[in-house]
Amino acid sequence: MENLATNAKITWCPGCPNSAILVAFRKLVEELRNEGRLKLENLVAVGGIGCHGKITDYLNINTFTSLHGRLLPTMQGIKIANPNLQVVGFSGDGDSYSEGAEHLIHAAKRNSDVNLFIHDNQVFALTTGQATATSPKGFKGKSTPSGSIEEPFNPLLLMLASGATFVARTYAGDIEGTKKIMRQAIEHKGFSFMDIIQPCITFYDTRDFYKDHTYWIDKKYPSQKLETAIKKVTAQEEKIALGVFYKVEKPTFEESLYA
Amino acid sequence: MFWKKKNQSPNIFTVAVGGAAGDGVREAGTNLGRFLTKLGFEVFVSFDYPSLIRGGHNFSRISFSKEKIYNDYSKIDVLIALNDETMHLHKNELNGDAVVFSEKFDAEDLKMFGQNAMLLPMIKTTEELNAPAITRTSVALGAVCYLLDLPFGEIDQILRRVFKEKGYEINVTLAEKGYKHLENLGFRHSRRMEHNGDGGKELADGNTAFAKGLLAAGLDFYIAYPMTPSTSILHYLAKQSRFLKESGKKLFKVIHPENEIAVINMALGAVYAGKRTAIGTAGGGFALMQEAFALAGMSETPIAIAVSQRQAPATGSPTHTAQGDLKFIINSGHGEFPRIVIAPGDPEEAFKAGADALNLTWKYQVPAIVLLDKHLSENSSTSILDISKIAVEKGKVAKNISGGYKRYQITEDGVSEMAFPGTAGAVIKATSYEHTEEGISTEDPKLVKAMGDKRFSKLKQLEKEFSKYDTVKVYGDPKSKNVIVFWGSTKGAVLEAGKYLKKQPKFLQILWMSPFDSEKVTENLKDAKNIIIVENNRTGQLASVIREKTGINIENKILKYDSLPFEVIELAKQLNEIL
Repeated sequence: MENLATNAKITWCPGCPNSAILVAFRKLVEELRNEGRLKLENLVAVGGIGCHGKITDYLNINTFTSLHGRLLPTMQGIKIANPNLQVVGFSGDGDSYSEGAEHLIHAAKRNSDVNLFIHDNQVFALTTGQATATSPKGFKGKSTPSGSIEEPFNPLLLMLASGATFVARTYAGDIEGTKKIMRQAIEHKGFSFMDIIQPCITFYDTRDFYKDHTYWIDKKYPSQKLETAIKKVTAQEEKIALGVFYKVEKPTFEESLYA
Repeated sequence: MFWKKKNQSPNIFTVAVGGAAGDGVREAGTNLGRFLTKLGFEVFVSFDYPSLIRGGHNFSRISFSKEKIYNDYSKIDVLIALNDETMHLHKNELNGDAVVFSEKFDAEDLKMFGQNAMLLPMIKTTEELNAPAITRTSVALGAVCYLLDLPFGEIDQILRRVFKEKGYEINVTLAEKGYKHLENLGFRHSRRMEHNGDGGKELADGNTAFAKGLLAAGLDFYIAYPMTPSTSILHYLAKQSRFLKESGKKLFKVIHPENEIAVINMALGAVYAGKRTAIGTAGGGFALMQEAFALAGMSETPIAIAVSQRQAPATGSPTHTAQGDLKFIINSGHGEFPRIVIAPGDPEEAFKAGADALNLTWKYQVPAIVLLDKHLSENSSTSILDISKIAVEKGKVAKNISGGYKRYQITEDGVSEMAFPGTAGAVIKATSYEHTEEGISTEDPKLVKAMGDKRFSKLKQLEKEFSKYDTVKVYGDPKSKNVIVFWGSTKGAVLEAGKYLKKQPKFLQILWMSPFDSEKVTENLKDAKNIIIVENNRTGQLASVIREKTGINIENKILKYDSLPFEVIELAKQLNEIL
């Protein structure tokens, strides 16, 4: 696995779950290579800007470190240019839910065959703690010292509404679980969206909560019924559901473009 | 040259068509322009329209001559009025014996136009032939041929070539009806116009010519979001892409994503994966692209960009022209990085600039902008677009990778070899961060400086190639101490006005705005006694750039910023006052 690491020094906070996502991804790449399912030269990882975006420096593979919120258009540009490439994107809630939300909607609508992994820590961490689109109402950050007055939005619901053909959520602390869903995302033909709950241990430490408040959804899923998936991702439950909620096959953007 | 002796006015004929949006005014102007071009005339066709789909006043002017014509004229010899408004709006622009064609005239119109009013049953003729109303302008086209005293037998074949794409038969029949209508009435001819033999030239607008230049230089992708006046590049290429697909030729793809920010970021992704990509927009759309434009600079990703200026700031007068974005463009993007900016002045130069931009951006891995404006983008003139003169320059692309590939390797000329994902043995890292040669983020001040120097060293190399390009062009008397300076589409009005000047000056056109050929500009201005600059903006932006780059201060400025291009005769008067 060592050849997947660069000599760049890891600058995430010690214990940051970003490292767990990095480990899950490297393990998956190694597995796919061993199975003969992936040639390393055909893999491209694209990063946004935020703590998550440092991941491109730590991966000794083809990478494009894009701008804040703009990785999705870059990913789709790479995919249309060469559909043989496997394109994965690492983004954050600030990156793709706040700054670049329009691209999220349109990538899903287009069903571009790229894979988006969101490191969702519900906070702008690299800029030292402000509320993002998924921070809860009342979140006390440096730009909202009296507590955020906005409700967060539900990114999974947004993706279902926008036409994503693969919608999933995992918890970064569960490396095996995250790796398993990442594999399904990559194997899925079409736009794969995966929200990875990734507590920020410095600016919004939710580790204690998520440790006991997640569960894996059962065999009814992934559903091919949009209605069922929407019900599940909007259900008010005591614990947060993890797994693939929705998965359908549709022609991809690239297939149609080159048809 | 094109200077006439005193009292010898150039023989130029101008036809104008006006009507409501949706009446087919643009098509009528273009069809007449193509017809006249194929007949052997030099033609300039302009089109003026408001920002709406139906109802507003649309107006097309077609000026033509045997000699090269650089701009249309506002004085009209024939007015084709598709509605009453057209007659009233343009009644003061008619030459003494100008003919007015209209479906109907009321008593007041007849009093005003007298013998020159010519009732032309355009709608009635289309109805008789069950033709769509929009084809009624073909009746007028035939009538214009009669006024020019062209034998119908001679023009029939050319009309067939003009209309071959969209059911020529009905249009040719309609034209014949228009021609015969005047002939049967024994109406007077206007005047005969001499023309050249068909020299194989084409009528091209700036946007189409630019797009053809991109194609000649091996375009793989065109990505754009529609914005006037750049939209017709998108339309033309989308249509070509479809056509090529059907004919099984080399494919290029056209994509219209969600917004301009997506356009440029998607384009950079496509280039990273190896495709020669261009994008196009107007000033406002390019404003949205700024951050990613800087990313192109930082990541050294080749990209060709068309920016067509329109009247601004903000939404401005969106369908009208201006040259207000020069300083924005040459200074665009945050941070310091080199860029290539070429401002062509006519369709032939736009064709060349499209090809050069795509080739140069790949050769130097520096973003390249072609700066157009509405007057150039959407107006047409008789042109030669010679694809055989364009080569595809691929730049430094790594052929064999034997380990240790460095995307940003520091080299003597500053240009690193490109490799694309899918290449075994190469790890290709592009990034918006300042980076090491391998493409990994760095904050080491030494490396930050070294990489900045690397990026700028490419400019030095490019400047060595100045002599291979028309960075500036000189017309007129190269020894004259009177120099008229201009850029972009203003070239048309300036050179056309040149036909009426009392003294023959030197004309200096500046095409390369970045890098700027200070040496050549200085050489052309240093001995001048009287320098006049002509610009379609309020602040004299090129004058400011010239002062910055050469220290030469130009005080005589003729500036126009009312959203309209310069008018030839008015400009000639203004120039004569100063010369």
